[in-house]
Amino acid sequence: MSDASDETHIDEAVETASTSQGGTATVEPESRDSEVERAAASTPRTVPLSVDNLRKTFGGITAVDGVSFTVESGTVTGLIGPNGAGKSTTFNLIAGALEPNSGTVTFNGEDITGRRPDEIANKGMVRTFQIARELPEMTVLENLMLAPKHQLGEDLWRSVVPGARSTVVEQEAELRERVWEMLEFFEIDHIAEQEAGTLSGGQRKLLEMARALMTDPDLLLLDEPMAGVNPTLEEKILDRIHDLRVNEGLTFLLVEHDMDVIMENCEHVIVMHQGKVLAEGEPEAIKNNDQVIDAYLGEDI
Amino acid sequence: MSDTNSDAGADGPLGGLFDGLSRRSSDLLLVFGALFAIYALFTIFVFGQGINSVVSTLRFLTFLILVYGMLALALNLHWGYTGLFNIGVAGFMAVGVYTMAMLSGDPAGSPPGLGLPVPIGIIGGMVAAALVGLVAALPALRLKADYLAIVTLGLSEIIRLTYNSEAFNQWIQGATSTITSRVGFLPDGGAGTGAGSGIQVPSPAGPVRTLFFEGGRAGNPTPLGDAVFAVTDPIGIQQNVVVEWAYVLVLAVVLLGFYWLLSRIGNSPFGRVLKSIREDELVASSLGKHVEIFKVKVFMLGCALMGLAGILWQGSFGFVSPNDFMPVVTFYIFVAVIIGGSGSNTGSIIGSILFVGLLFEGPRRALGALGNRVDFGRAPNSFGDAVAPILSGDITPFFAYAVANRSALVFVLLGTVLIIIIQTRPDGALGGRNEPAAAVDLSTRPEKQPTTATDGGENQ
Amino acid sequence: MGVTESRRLDRHTIREQAPLILVGVFGALLLVDLLFRLAGVEIALTANRSFGGSLSAQRFGGMLWNGIVIGLIIGLAGIGLSMTYSILSFANFSHGDLLTSGAFAGWAASYVVAGFGVVSVGELLFVRAGGGAPFADEIGASIVQAPLSILVGMVVAAGVTILLALAIDRIVYKPMRGRGGISLLIASIGVALALRYIIQFMFGASNRGVVDTTDVRVDIAGLSVNLHEVTLVVAAVALMLGMHFMLQRTKLGKAMRAMADNQDLALVTGIPTERIVQATWVIGGGLAGVAGYLVVLDRGTIGFNLGWFLLLLIFAAVILGGIGSIYGAIAGGLLIGITYSVSLVWIPSDFNEAAAFALMILVLLLRPEGIFSGVSTA
Repeated sequence: MSDASDETHIDEAVETASTSQGGTATVEPESRDSEVERAAASTPRTVPLSVDNLRKTFGGITAVDGVSFTVESGTVTGLIGPNGAGKSTTFNLIAGALEPNSGTVTFNGEDITGRRPDEIANKGMVRTFQIARELPEMTVLENLMLAPKHQLGEDLWRSVVPGARSTVVEQEAELRERVWEMLEFFEIDHIAEQEAGTLSGGQRKLLEMARALMTDPDLLLLDEPMAGVNPTLEEKILDRIHDLRVNEGLTFLLVEHDMDVIMENCEHVIVMHQGKVLAEGEPEAIKNNDQVIDAYLGEDI
Repeated sequence: MSDTNSDAGADGPLGGLFDGLSRRSSDLLLVFGALFAIYALFTIFVFGQGINSVVSTLRFLTFLILVYGMLALALNLHWGYTGLFNIGVAGFMAVGVYTMAMLSGDPAGSPPGLGLPVPIGIIGGMVAAALVGLVAALPALRLKADYLAIVTLGLSEIIRLTYNSEAFNQWIQGATSTITSRVGFLPDGGAGTGAGSGIQVPSPAGPVRTLFFEGGRAGNPTPLGDAVFAVTDPIGIQQNVVVEWAYVLVLAVVLLGFYWLLSRIGNSPFGRVLKSIREDELVASSLGKHVEIFKVKVFMLGCALMGLAGILWQGSFGFVSPNDFMPVVTFYIFVAVIIGGSGSNTGSIIGSILFVGLLFEGPRRALGALGNRVDFGRAPNSFGDAVAPILSGDITPFFAYAVANRSALVFVLLGTVLIIIIQTRPDGALGGRNEPAAAVDLSTRPEKQPTTATDGGENQ
Repeated sequence: MGVTESRRLDRHTIREQAPLILVGVFGALLLVDLLFRLAGVEIALTANRSFGGSLSAQRFGGMLWNGIVIGLIIGLAGIGLSMTYSILSFANFSHGDLLTSGAFAGWAASYVVAGFGVVSVGELLFVRAGGGAPFADEIGASIVQAPLSILVGMVVAAGVTILLALAIDRIVYKPMRGRGGISLLIASIGVALALRYIIQFMFGASNRGVVDTTDVRVDIAGLSVNLHEVTLVVAAVALMLGMHFMLQRTKLGKAMRAMADNQDLALVTGIPTERIVQATWVIGGGLAGVAGYLVVLDRGTIGFNLGWFLLLLIFAAVILGGIGSIYGAIAGGLLIGITYSVSLVWIPSDFNEAAAFALMILVLLLRPEGIFSGVSTA
C-alpha cells in the first residue's frame, strides 16, 4: 500500500497548480482534505450520490423505469439484479454516457443530470466498464498516466513552450511516482511496459480500476469488476476495495452479478428488476426478502 | 525487456539519458541511411550527365522529401495520433497558399494582392488554414471516422472549386477592396484569386535568393554569393542550383521545427490524451478529458501546419492554380504516413523518404533512365499497337510504350503498394513503433525501500 | 461507441433542431423565390438585390430534366455504393473507377459492334485512344445509327465491371474481411489509383468525344427530345425497377436487405454471407458499369477521370438517402442531380458542384442517418 501522505502531497501540487475552475473547486476540497474526510466517514454519513426517479427508454422499451436510491459515503453499495434489469443502463445514466428521459442524478449536492462524462469524472465520480476498455495500443504506464485530472501538460502551449514545459516535466515525474505506487498496489507493476491490448482479462480489470483510481475519485462506479476474473484475483480486487474504503474513505457503487460477492462485501444492497428498484437494504434483509427471492434468487440459483 | 529498462532506470538519470540517446541515434541512422540509399540510387539514374545534373536531381529529390515530410508529420498529428481521418489535406494547403498569395501579392498584379510582407502573408495563410479547419472541425468532429473522411474530402473539393471560380474571384476582389479602400496603408484594389488561370505567389524562396544575388537578379551576386560561387563554379555546379539548395536547407530547418514541435506534443500529457482519443473516446471522456476541445485544438494546429507546408512547397514555384490541389495530393501524403507507420513522427519522415524515393520519383526516373540508355525505337501511339507485336514475340514496342507512359504506371504502382501495405503491414513498412506519450521516461521507477519490492515482477 | 452516439442524439436533439429548422426555412425561401421567378414576379429588396425575377418555364423545365438525367445516373451508381457501404461496412473510394471501367469496356464493345468491317477491331477496341480516327460519326456510334451496338455496350459494361469487381474483392478485400472500415477504405483508395491509371495506360489520357449525335435530337409532340437521354432514362428506370423486384420478391434480395440492415443479425440467422457479399459486388458492380456507360452516352465524351470526378456526388447521394438504403440512394441521386442543375438559378455555373457537396456536408452534419431515415431500410 502506498503511504497516504505522499499521495496527498502530490494531490496538492496538482490542485494548486491548476487554476481552480468554478464548480469543480467547490467539490474537490472535500475529497482532498483527507483528514476531514476520514473524520466524516466515522461520524454520521453523508450522501454523495442520490438518484431520483430516473427513467430511460430506448425506442419503445423502458430500460430504467423510475429508479431512486442513495449511496452513503464510505460504503460499498451493491446494485444487483437479473440480466436485463437495467443495472448497466442506470450506470450509464449516472456516469453521463446516456441521458435520462426524466429524473435527476445528484452528486455531492449538485445536480449532474445529463452532464458530459468528462464533467462528471472531474467532479470526482469515475466509472469502469463492464467489458474492460483498456487503451490497447498504449502501455499500462501510459494508461495510468493519462488518468490524473487537470494535468498541466494537457494545455497545448504548456507542453510545447520551452520553460513552461519544465513545470510539466516536474509534474510528470511526480505522477510517474504515483503511477508506479498504484501499479504496486494492484501488483501489476511487472506488466507496466506492456501494451494494454496484450493483457489478460483479469489484468485488464485491474488496470481499469487502477486507472480510475488515478483520477482521485470520491466515488467509484464499478461495473462488474469481478466478471471473468479468477477467484484469487477476485479476492485481490475485493481486498483493494476494502483497503481503499477504510484507508482513503472512498465510496463504491458496484454492479455485480455474483450474489455471494455482494452479500459478503456490501453494506447496502439495491436490487433492480425490470427497470425498477425491487428492494433495498442490508444484505441480511435482502437475503430474506421474498420478492427478491422470487424475482432473482429463485430463478438464478 | 522490462528488466533491462528498470535496471537502466535504477542507475539514475544517466541511465535514462543513455536509453534516450540510443533510440534517437538508431532513428537518425535509419533516416539518414534511407536518405543516402535513395541518393545513391538517383545518382545512378543521372550518372554520366555531369555533376550539375546530379546535384540538381538530388536537390529536387530532397525538396520533395522535405515538403512531404512536413505534410506527413501534420497528417500524422491528425490521423496517427488522434485518429482523425482527414483526407482534405490538399484543401487546407490551398487555403494557406492562396491566402498568403492574396495578402502578399503584388497590388499591380493580375489578380491584385495586398502587397504585405511575405512573413505576414505566411502567418496569415496559416491562420486562415486553421480557421477553415475550425469551421470544418466544430461540427464534423462528432462524426464517425469514415464520415469525417467524406466531409473533409468534400470540403477540400469545395475549396478547390471556389478558388477555381471566376464569380468568387470577382466577389472577393470587390469585398476586399471595399475594406482595403478604407484602410490607409492597404492598396485600394483588394485581392483576388485569379480563378482558373491561377495566381502569382511571392515565393518564400525569394528572400533566400536575395542572400546570394543583389535584388534576387542572377549575375549580380552578393558577397556571400561570390564566396559560395567561387567554390561551386569551378566544380561545375550552376549558380541557380546552389541557390535552390540553399532554400532546401531552409526547408530542412523548418522540417526539424515541425518534428521538434510534434515530438514535444507527442511526448506530453496533451499527446497522451490525443492517443487515448484515438484508442477509445469514451474512456478518455470517462476519465475527465473534454474530448471535443482536444480534437478542435489538434485539428486547427494540424491545418495550420498543412497551410504552411503548402506555402513552402507550392508557393515556392511562384505560381499556383487550383489544379495543384487535387485530392490525389492528399493520397500521396497518406501513402507516406502509412509506409512509415501512422502514429510515429520518425516514421512519417522515413515514410516520406521512401515514398518520394521509391514510389513517386524513383520509378519514373528509373524508366526514364532505361529509356535513355536502351533504344526501344519509337513508342507506339496506342496500347493496342504496343500489345499486338507481343503476339509475334516482339516485346520492344511494349517497353517503349511503357517508358513513354511511365507516369500512369507510377500511379498503378502507388495504388498497388498501398493495398499491399494495408493488407500485410498495416503498422507500416518498418513495423509498429512505440513512442510512449509522456514528458519523462516512464520506465524510471521511484526509489523504493527494499522491503516493498514485488518479487512477482522480477521473475517473469 | 453505440452508447455515446445515442447519448449524443438525446443531448443534441434540441440543439440540432435549430439549424435543421434554419435550413428548412432557407430551403422554403428558395422554393418561394423559384415560384416567383417562374411567375415573373420580382420584388426589389435593395438596389441590386431582389427577390424573385424571371425564369422561363421552358428554361426551368430544361434544368429540371437535366437534373433528373444526372440524378438517375448518380442514383444508379449510388445503389452499389450504398450496398457495399452497409454490407461490407466501408466507404468504397474505388466505386467511381468502376464506373470508368464500365464506360470503357462498354464503349469498346459498342465500337466493335458499330464499326465492325468498317475499321479494324484493334483500332476500335481502344475507343479512339489516340484521339484520332475512327470518328464517332464515321462508325455511327449512336442509338439512331446502331441501336444494337448501344445495347451490346450496356451489357458488356455491366458484365466486365461485375467480373472486375469480383476479382478485386477476391484479391483485395477478401483477405481483409473483418478489418476495420478505415483499413478497407484505405485499400479502396489504392484500388482506385491502380484501376484508374491502368485504364489510362491502356486507353490513354485524353478526354475525347466518342458518341455520334447526328439526328439524335428529335421532335416528339412539339418537344425537342434527345434520344440518348431517353435511352438513359429508360435504361436507368428499368434497372431500378428490376432492383426493386429483386429485393422484394427473391430470397437473395430479402437476405441482402437483412444484411444491409444488421450484419450481426444476418450472421446469426445463418444467411451465407460470402454469397451475399458476392451478390453485392455483382449488383453494385453491374449497376456501376452501366451507369458509367450511360454517363458517356449522355455527355458524349469519355476520359479516364470520369468516374473519379463523379464519386463525391455519388457519395453525396448515398449519404443523403441514408447509407444502406437502396431507395434512399435513388432518391438521394435525384435530389443531388436536381440540386446540381437547378442551383444554377441562384449561383454561378462554376459553383454548382460545390453546392451539391455543400448539401452533402450539411446533411452529414444535421442528419447523418440520411434525410429519409426512419422511412424504411432496404
